Amino acid sequence: MDRAQLWVYLAEQPLLWLTVTLIAYMIGHHAFVRSGSRAVVNPVAIAALLLAGLLVLTGTPYAEYFEGAQFVHFLLGPATIALAWPLYQNFARIRRLILPMLAALLVGSVVSVGSAVAIAYSLGAPGEVWLSVAPKSVTSPVAMGVAEKIGGLPTLTAGLVIITGIIGAILVTPLLDMLRIKDWRARGMSVGVAAHGIGTARAFQVSPVAGVFAATAMVLNALITALVASLLVTL
Amino acid sequence: MPAALTFLLSFQLLGLVLVTALNLAIPEPVVGLVLMFLWIHFKAPMPSELGSLCEGLLKHLSLLFVPAAVGLLTYVDLLAAHWMPVFLALLISTPLSIAAGAWTFAKLAKVSGQPPEGEEVKTDG
Repeated sequence: MDRAQLWVYLAEQPLLWLTVTLIAYMIGHHAFVRSGSRAVVNPVAIAALLLAGLLVLTGTPYAEYFEGAQFVHFLLGPATIALAWPLYQNFARIRRLILPMLAALLVGSVVSVGSAVAIAYSLGAPGEVWLSVAPKSVTSPVAMGVAEKIGGLPTLTAGLVIITGIIGAILVTPLLDMLRIKDWRARGMSVGVAAHGIGTARAFQVSPVAGVFAATAMVLNALITALVASLLVTL
Repeated sequence: MPAALTFLLSFQLLGLVLVTALNLAIPEPVVGLVLMFLWIHFKAPMPSELGSLCEGLLKHLSLLFVPAAVGLLTYVDLLAAHWMPVFLALLISTPLSIAAGAWTFAKLAKVSGQPPEGEEVKTDG
């Protein structure tokens, strides 16, 4: 088998892009650890950039890449459900703080939607674009559903959700250090509301307490946003 | 491990069935999460390795977002057309939201008499 044939054969196997996805993540993770767990060295961003570059270089369509990557992607569902475990273990400390949490959730999500829409709108984004920006802080399936219902573009929203998550995961540590907010619960909570699962992943990297509060915030945000959106549509 | 995996996936499946049957706008893993939380919170029987499976899945949660992040490639044209308003909106509103949320939480937790948990606590101890 010559080289071209070998490539054609490999490119058709899910194993290729599955393995390459894991390798790209290991490179990102290694860089993150080597940097002393610095927020700017975000493993998701590094892995995605490496893989995107590779797909462009090899002329591989995303659908073909996803044949392999879907096995990793699928685990997002079970991992979301797995968040029930830290919630269960930390339920006592979460329950004591339910009022500050709900208040922070309300403030965080109003600021997120309000400022994003105001900026996109005032800079001249067309209607369907600024409507797609509105739900960008909620976890993707909810955000896409909301975008569709309010007249945005669900696929654009899906992309914006990911970028928001990466921005949040990178900025949370330097930003809150600068503001001298050191409470892990406050830090986790805020990144869970503003930057959903990617922010939550970052919070778990830094502190288990921050992770639990981020997960709770993300889930409450998803539930409340989905309920509010369904109400808005029925009205 | 198979018992814990079966347990976890059953909740996801149950979530999927409920979401589809009731036509809910909530993603099925979120429904599954709430159901599994209620199950273990009320001490119903569960496999003994459930905790280690969950912790294992969450340890590298970042990895699971990589395929979706690579998917940004498919939105390049859409993003390129409107990159300025969109990118500035995300870049400014995300830190604003983090700061507002963290500040609100920290202030209210203080008012409600809950001591902070963080570096301050560690250095005092």
